[in-house]
This record gives sequence, structure tokens and C-alpha cells, in this order.
Amino acid sequence: MNHIRKDDGGGNRVIISVIGKDRVGIIAGVSGVLKEANVNILDISQTIMQDLFTMIMVGDMTESTVELAELKNLLNEEAEKLGVRIDAQHEDVFRYMHRI
Amino acid sequence: MLTMNEIMETIRMVQKENLDIRTITMGISLRDCSDPDPKAACRKIYDKITTKAERLVSVGEEIEREYGIPIVNKRISVTPISMVAEASKTDNYVMFAQALDDAAAEVGVNFIGGFSALVHKGITKGDKILIDSIPQALAATGRVCSSVNVATTKDGINMDAVYKMGQVVVETAKLTADKDGLGCAKLVVFANVPEDNPFMAGAFHGVGEPECVINVGVSGPGVVKNAVEKVKDKDFGTLAETVKNTAFKITRMGELVGRAAAKKLNVPFGIVDLSLAPTPAVGDSVAEVLEAMGLERCGTHGTTAALALLNDAVKKGGAMASSYVGGLSGAFIPVSEDAGMIRAAQEGTLTLEKLEAMTCVCSVGLDMIAVPGDTPPETIAAIIADEVAIGVINQKTTAVRIIPAPGKKVGDNVEFGGLLGHAPIIPVKEPSAAHFVKRGGRIPAPINSLKN
Repeated sequence: MNHIRKDDGGGNRVIISVIGKDRVGIIAGVSGVLKEANVNILDISQTIMQDLFTMIMVGDMTESTVELAELKNLLNEEAEKLGVRIDAQHEDVFRYMHRI
Repeated sequence: MLTMNEIMETIRMVQKENLDIRTITMGISLRDCSDPDPKAACRKIYDKITTKAERLVSVGEEIEREYGIPIVNKRISVTPISMVAEASKTDNYVMFAQALDDAAAEVGVNFIGGFSALVHKGITKGDKILIDSIPQALAATGRVCSSVNVATTKDGINMDAVYKMGQVVVETAKLTADKDGLGCAKLVVFANVPEDNPFMAGAFHGVGEPECVINVGVSGPGVVKNAVEKVKDKDFGTLAETVKNTAFKITRMGELVGRAAAKKLNVPFGIVDLSLAPTPAVGDSVAEVLEAMGLERCGTHGTTAALALLNDAVKKGGAMASSYVGGLSGAFIPVSEDAGMIRAAQEGTLTLEKLEAMTCVCSVGLDMIAVPGDTPPETIAAIIADEVAIGVINQKTTAVRIIPAPGKKVGDNVEFGGLLGHAPIIPVKEPSAAHFVKRGGRIPAPINSLKN
């Protein structure tokens, strides 16, 4: 099981989730967008859940050249090309829900 | 450290199980808007609301984008207008409702609550004008919600106000007859009303509240239903524990969003209202949670016990997740807004009497119930009296939001659209309670109010 480490990112991390039909180039496509935006990938995990390709990436936005809203737009454009659903959410959502 | 399983769980809740924040509601005090000239008062009200809430909607949308959690509604609650308008020289407060409506439209919120009066012990001049203005105000505006508190455990039940509200409900339905009596969907009669409730139609900004505050209402019946289905064959301890854990997670989202909104808007964070609020969407139903517990249909024998367990477990889980819990906090059972309740009412399993019993063990009360259009005001008043009596004796909030749909009879349907949904007309009892509700005066406070 992969874990997100707590010792990096300084609260600027986003969780990027990709869900859809498996095909060639999903990881390349998504990481391409992140590279362009200068978002450092801290962790990747992928699995097949209920016949769907599911990938979770943890990105560090400290040095990012774009805001989260803009990154989401870029990822959505890529999602359309790839025919998958991509979401990017601030990590606080996950931390708040599962930790006190 | 977060595990991938935890991340997937959150994503599943939002994407598949309709987890959302039902509302962020900004409470705004209008106590400094009084003026002998009603036009000047209305202008002050409009200016204050549009200034304070100018960024409410954009901040809500910003948080949605950042956290990826839908915030379904952004709303406003204000000081009860009966208090703000009382100093104005006028005998009709419809123009105040219009000022609220215009301000709500300007800042882009879908509902604004606070066309309200607190009359549990008696009615002042302003209260009377406000109550008399309710039918016209709700017919003339689209976004304004009205509420009247007619009873408290401390003071008993103001039966004059109860009878009056029976008449107001019928009149409101008549004035909005072209929309199946939609005005009544924006009118709540309360006992023990909370002053920090973020949910409409009963929200207003109480007198003990600060100048401006952010309150949050969470949702999530779909998430609870899914969790309950997973422990289908387990015992009650496991069932309660599962609901508690789920409620905890849902409430944490409310706490996160509320604090983020308060910080961005630079106003204090008030409370999280831990309510399970259904919507007409399939899978977002409190009735279906009860059915997932093992009832063939909501409303059958066992429903009250199932709801009691659900309501209690939601509170226990939620209370651990938030530093400040308030509002109504419990499960909502609005008939027209819940696909499972609608089905059960259509089949005749869910009746008015069963709904009344259910309100003894959950928050709110007889909510969004459509009854025949020819139901006399005295009968509506008696229904209100029954419901507030439950609240007063049990030291809890109860409320009535009932729609005597003009021209409709048992078996017909009413359609309100959107979050307000649709409902079958359910029967009320024929024998009259007129002599009882017209006695006048106040039912004294119960013995259990003597606590000092």
C-alpha cells in the first residue's frame, strides 16, 4: 500500500485522481500536463477498480506555474482527449476527512 | 499518513454517493437597519446585505473548485424582519420582503431566510404586521423564506399564534394557487426554533448572533445508505457504529468548508449543522437509508426505531467531528424532497400519523407535506398544535411546513420542481378541531421547563 508522506509539500499538495477506461498514454498524458505546470509528482498509485482504470497521483504545487483552478482546466482538457475523468483536489479534503 | 484506500473512499463519496455540502449560509444582522421611514429601512437592508454577502457566491465556488466538493447552495439568513421593521411607520411589510428578494438576486443566492417573527409568548405590533404580510410577501417574491416560532419549552404554546398560522398557511397556498401552493414551501412554523440554523426555509439570524457569521449545513444520505448496505447482516451495534463513522467523515467536510469560507470572507465561523438532508435525486434519500436497515418500505412498523437509531448515531459521529455543532442537527424527513418518502407516501405506507411519530425522534418535523386544498385552517392549526406540542414536551425543535394544495385532493400530485421536489396529496382527518384551536390564549409551559 502506498502512503502519502507528511514531510514534504508544505500543505501545497493536490490529489489528482484519474478514473476511466484503460488505454495507452494515460499516465504520459497526465504527467505531461503536470510537467508543463511545473507540478512535482510525489507519488503514483494505480489499480483496476470495478473494471475501471484508477490512478491516484500526489502532486506538489509549491513551484507550480499555475493556480489550482487553472491546473484543473488543463487536466480537464487532457481528460477529454483521453476519454477519462480527472479530478484535482486539495489534499486538505482527504486529511480533514480521515484525520483529526 | 493517508492511505490510497482513504483517498479512494473520499473520491467515491463525492463522485458516486452524492456527498456534498448542502449549504453555506451567511447570517447577517440587520439590527442597525431600522428606520421610521420604511423606504429608508429597505434601502439600508438592501445595501447591508449586498455589501456583506457580495463575495459569498464567488467564495463558495472557489472552495468547490479547490476541494472538489460540491456546495449545492449559498444562502443568507437575516435578523427576523418583524424586529427590524417594527420601528417603521407602515402597516404592511411586503416591501421589506421585496428588498430581501432584490438583495438575494443581486448577490446570486437562491434563498434568503428571515421574514420571520418570534411569537411564542405573545405578539407585538411588528409581529402582527409581519404575520399578516406573509401570504402576500411569499406570493410576490421568489427567494424569500418565512418562519414563525409559536412555542418554546420555556414558555408553552401560543395558541392564538397557532390558529393564526393555520389561516396564514391556507391564505399563502391560495395566493400561490397557480404553482400548487408553492408559497407554503417557503413557510415554516416552529417550536423551539434554533437561531443558527443554516437550512431553509427555517433559517434566520438570531438575536444572540454576531454581526455576521458563516454556518454550514452538511448532507450525505447517499453516503450513509451505502455504508449501511455494507453491514446488511450485522447486529445493531455494528449498524450504529457504521453510521457514526460515516457521519463523522461527512461532518468533517462541513467543518473544513465552513472554516475555509469564514476565513476567505473574513467573518467568524458559526456552526456545522449535522443534518442528513435528502434531495429528490435517486440515492440521496433518508427513507432509503431506513429501508437499507431492513425495512421493506419507509413508514411501516419499525420506522420510528430505525430513524431513532439513525438520528442518534449521526449526532454522535458528527459531534466528534466538529468543534461547534448547532442548528437543527439530525435527520430531515421532508416528504416531497426525498424520493423514498415520496414512494412510501404514494403507496400509502407513509401516513401523516406515522410522520408525526417519526418527528419525535429526529430533527425538524412535518416537512413538505401536501394535503388536500380544502383542508380548513382550523385543521392546519390543529396539525401545527400537535407537532409543536411534541417539541415543547420533548425539549426539541419541531416544525411544520405543510402545503394545502389548492384544488387538489387525495391521490393527486403536486410539483414544486428543483430541490423542493414533488409530493402526493395525503389525507387528513375529517372531524373538526375548530373549537379546540379557537379557545384562545396560551398552553402553559410544561413542568419539565422548570429547571432553575
